[in-house]
Amino acid sequence: MSSNSFVYNEQSGGGEAAELGQEATATISPAGAFGLFSSDLKKNEDLKQMLESSKDSAKLDAMKRIVGMIAKGKNASELFPAVVKNVASKNIEIKKLVYVYLVRYAEEQQDLALLSISTFQRALKDPNQLIRASALRVLSSIRVPIIVPIMMLAIKEASADLSPYVRKNAAHAIQKLYSLDPEQKEMLIEVIEKLLRDKSTLVAGSVVMAFEEVCPDRIDLIHKNYRKLCNLLVDVEEWGQVVIIHMLTRYARTQFVSPWKEDGGLEDNEKSFYESDDEQKEKTDRRKKPYAMDPDHRLLIRNTKPLLQSRNAAVVMAVAQLYWHISPKSETGIISKSLVRLLRSNREVQYIVLQNIATMSIQRKGIFEPYLKSFYVRSTDPTMIKTLKLEILTNLANEANISTLLREFQTYVKSQDKQFAAATIQTIGRCAANISEVADTCLNGLVCLLSNRDEIVVAESVVVIKKLLQMQPAQHGEIIKHMGKLLDSITVPVARASILWLIGENCERVPKIAPDVLRKMAKSFTSEDDLVKLQILNLGAKLYLTNSKQTKLLTQYVLNLGKYDQNYDIRDRTRFIRQLIVPNEKSGALSKYAKKIFLAQKPAPLLESPFKDREHFQLGTLSHTLNIKASGYLELSNWPEVAPDPSVRNVEVIELAKEWTPAGKAKKENPSKKFYSESEEEEDSSDSGSDSESESGSESGDDGASSEDTSEDSEDSSNEQESENGSVAEDKAATKRNPETKGESDSEDGEKKNKKSQTSDSSNVESSSIEESSSESESQSENESESRKVTKEKEKKLKQDRISLTKDVSLLDLDDCHSAAHG
Amino acid sequence: MIHSLFLINSSGDIFLEKHWKSVVSRSVCDYFFEAQERATEAENVPPVIPTPHHYLLSVYRHKIFFVAVIQTEVPPLFVIEFLHRVVDTFQDYFGVCSEPMIKDNVVVVYEVLEEMLDNGFPLATESNILKELIKPPTILRTVVNTITGSTNVGNQLPTGQLSVVPWRRTGVKYTNNEAYFDVIEEIDAIIDKSGSTITAEIQGVIDACVKLTGMPDLTLSFMNPRLLDDVSFHPCVRFKRWESERILSFIPPDGNFRLLSYHVSAQNLVAIPVYVKHNISFRDSSSLGRFEITVGPKQTMGKTIEGVIILSQMPRGVLNMSLTPSQGTHTFDPVTKMLSWDVGKINPQKLPSLKGTMSLQAGASKPDENPTINLQFKIQQLAISGLKVNRLDMYGEKYKPFKGIKYMTKAGKFQVRT
Repeated sequence: MSSNSFVYNEQSGGGEAAELGQEATATISPAGAFGLFSSDLKKNEDLKQMLESSKDSAKLDAMKRIVGMIAKGKNASELFPAVVKNVASKNIEIKKLVYVYLVRYAEEQQDLALLSISTFQRALKDPNQLIRASALRVLSSIRVPIIVPIMMLAIKEASADLSPYVRKNAAHAIQKLYSLDPEQKEMLIEVIEKLLRDKSTLVAGSVVMAFEEVCPDRIDLIHKNYRKLCNLLVDVEEWGQVVIIHMLTRYARTQFVSPWKEDGGLEDNEKSFYESDDEQKEKTDRRKKPYAMDPDHRLLIRNTKPLLQSRNAAVVMAVAQLYWHISPKSETGIISKSLVRLLRSNREVQYIVLQNIATMSIQRKGIFEPYLKSFYVRSTDPTMIKTLKLEILTNLANEANISTLLREFQTYVKSQDKQFAAATIQTIGRCAANISEVADTCLNGLVCLLSNRDEIVVAESVVVIKKLLQMQPAQHGEIIKHMGKLLDSITVPVARASILWLIGENCERVPKIAPDVLRKMAKSFTSEDDLVKLQILNLGAKLYLTNSKQTKLLTQYVLNLGKYDQNYDIRDRTRFIRQLIVPNEKSGALSKYAKKIFLAQKPAPLLESPFKDREHFQLGTLSHTLNIKASGYLELSNWPEVAPDPSVRNVEVIELAKEWTPAGKAKKENPSKKFYSESEEEEDSSDSGSDSESESGSESGDDGASSEDTSEDSEDSSNEQESENGSVAEDKAATKRNPETKGESDSEDGEKKNKKSQTSDSSNVESSSIEESSSESESQSENESESRKVTKEKEKKLKQDRISLTKDVSLLDLDDCHSAAHG
Repeated sequence: MIHSLFLINSSGDIFLEKHWKSVVSRSVCDYFFEAQERATEAENVPPVIPTPHHYLLSVYRHKIFFVAVIQTEVPPLFVIEFLHRVVDTFQDYFGVCSEPMIKDNVVVVYEVLEEMLDNGFPLATESNILKELIKPPTILRTVVNTITGSTNVGNQLPTGQLSVVPWRRTGVKYTNNEAYFDVIEEIDAIIDKSGSTITAEIQGVIDACVKLTGMPDLTLSFMNPRLLDDVSFHPCVRFKRWESERILSFIPPDGNFRLLSYHVSAQNLVAIPVYVKHNISFRDSSSLGRFEITVGPKQTMGKTIEGVIILSQMPRGVLNMSLTPSQGTHTFDPVTKMLSWDVGKINPQKLPSLKGTMSLQAGASKPDENPTINLQFKIQQLAISGLKVNRLDMYGEKYKPFKGIKYMTKAGKFQVRT
């Protein structure tokens, strides 16, 4: 029976069973008798039987068909009891498909869904990590409020699991639980805090994602993990990188002072930073260099740089926005090359990237100018890409390249895509407005376009010419006359309205034409568009005021027509104008000023980029793309005027230092370890070309099961790296921040180290400075400083030799030297 | 992050839906259809569409719209890049990514999607890992599975997931160990009326097919790495080695992958291997226009240009064309006004040409612009930028692999304005 009804269902059910044909063929038999009456119910009967059969193959077939139904959006919820029984199936594929089903329907069948919970609880203890992980995944995806405590327990356990894969799933589960029951927030934050400390690259992206979703304002949780995240970044999977970079951008904007002031604050807000910082600087320190970048700030900028080479467009964009928002302006330039590379990608990627470039190119033309030609438009580009490219070309236009650009625009104007041609005309107008040298050329070019055959082109030209003429002192009587003649041929309302407005505005300069135009328009008044009618009224009013002898009757005729127009706007306007210009006893004092009111000097329109107002959104975000604040958008805060205490990020170092064996020993070990790790790096194939050296590799490989010793080891060494360059700057900054406490000892320390770095050859400069910075940060813990004295003394001898050199070095940014050597 | 995914075909049917969080009604796609209607062409559908409660981010490939539903702020490129990755994965699994293929393999598709995202956040997108979790369907495996009752679903966590080389599966074994690298360069250019180059740049990729046993560690060096000033790598490439020595050092994924893509920018001089002579004229008075184009080689380094195809979108006023090619075949579609001429090989002794007349709509004015000519061609055994691979070495394994390198130059977006 089952097979019979099944056959018919296939036919009646249309396509839904068709795609399952392959699996189904086994059960098909010659057509049955009662197919006609078969319904969905019957068919599901059949599925139910299959699910209850003892054969796995039948169950699997049934599940596949059910999944097919889900995929098509068909309702399969009534099979719930039958399906849920199979949740404990031994066959892994059946189990997987049951999971799919459960996640889809558990919300609707909460009571029945509870039947499956015990299976998952058992699976959470399974020795196979994949099974543990997928059990957690499904358990947390079942949106049934009753099991919240069970989920909470499972997440807590999983977050301590030995397998990083399970911990990753725990991080995902946090978000699911949070959306199911926001009450759990506090408990979840605890778990997040714990997972943030995790050293596995697998977990990092997911937990930061959870952080962003659950408690993005708890910036304090990041402090201690900041350096670790920076160092792990290159090895995290690409999706995690995007999330982490966005989070760190926000973090940097709250924790570091602005690096932009060096460039001489072009914008107002920067200027204010500049001043405030000056004050602060005066209070604390009076060094020649006004600004020293926090080494942690530098660390972030440096560690994200290699990611510009990522194959993933989202990662490249994330790094680009990070550079844009937090790096010194002199370094932002490197992102342009990578962004231009993305333009080769799919149209969707192009679209987003071009939008972001458009915003950037308003503020900083310079960085995209070398790539001007990459934004040239191809006839095969979709219109939305064309207009974006045009936008960027306009932003990049300057005196030097405008002639090339105008030649290029000439081609675009002739494009068969008229929408694009119109946009090009707008663009030419903007170029003319922005670059005074070519204003006349552009104007002439636009006037030539007035004789174009295509109406849209002509109309757009008229509108743009109107704007341009408005901006310039009127010496263009000829053009206005020419346009007056065009009124006979142009039918596009906007263009007609523009011409009328222009004539009205300049009616004294074209005294012969203006009244005649009004005469013609009065004739056709009733058949004009509303927009044009309003302008006819305006023209009449202006002529009445300047040349009432010739136009009095004409204006009154027009006003009468307007009085009985269908559109109330026009009736309103008519009434208003009549009261104002035609003197009678009722008209008040205003009519004396009618001429001033109508023929006042009007401010020229500002032709500016539509991307101008997107600046305040963080680049690369959905909100920026839409130019609307999307829900869940997190504002990028302004730079703080005074950097918050940077030592909050140090905490881990102190902890480690306490656990560490005598510091003197550590000190000795450092150089040798460095050496070792470098040699290791050659062999360590796994280290995916990361900038952070093999330490980070070993860290990522570390399953959390490694001995304490080694993890400490890697931690410490990565910390060395963290503060690598800019360590010199750091001690300067440190002195600046709390001069009374540790100014002296620190800087002394630093100098000594610097001198040491001089002793080693150039290739070692970096590593020795690493050492120095780590020692520097260590010295902030008190118990450390004691033991350090021993080493200090040794090095004092060396110090005396090289005092002179020290100062030079302290001004150099070691990283820059390093990269310059490669570049 | 990603809430749901809808697959929509060209006729506007939603033929697959998948939800990673609670279910979003498919009626949300109505906003998409609206936008689609407004855009007239599929290409012009905006990739990001806001709706009152959701945001729709879509990708259009293989005549299918992949529409992701988002509820909160997320970097749009994140979603778009992921959707493209989904399409790539389908292509990798089924050979082609088409509506019937997806419908036939709906269960595998569903399983793959389930593994790719968890709660809307990417979980496994590396094809090597996915293929270990869910094996791609082959005829042989289907047969074996029906007999033995085994499944397509792996029951162990793929080793790559946890290792430091997540892109490579372990336990790879081949009897013939081989590694092939294809250096493919595409020239994007705009040539103006008079034949001078307005802009030209080269986009290159190195695609690899590596079938090597065990855990080979490869290094690839170039004769002239200086050319590669803007590169992006597969995650397997060690960035540091590249920075310091300009050598590509990597443990490859198993199978096909894109090792590297690079960009030789407009600042460098780019050799243009072909020229097009054209004489297209419309006259105001008559309803006939003249049409003549000739293609010829230029700077080809002695290689033959093959696979030449010329496509041109004629102005709307053109009713028909009567043309005679000296070689190859040509077609003109009077509806879309698309002229295509399949030229084939260019013989330098006898340059291919296409001559004839166009009949224009009577009374219509002459078009403003002459049509642009889009060119496609291929040149085997030549990388136009001059990039040359020096050597490929393998460490970490004992056997001797068979190595092969192929060069090819193609036209990318190559346009001639007339």
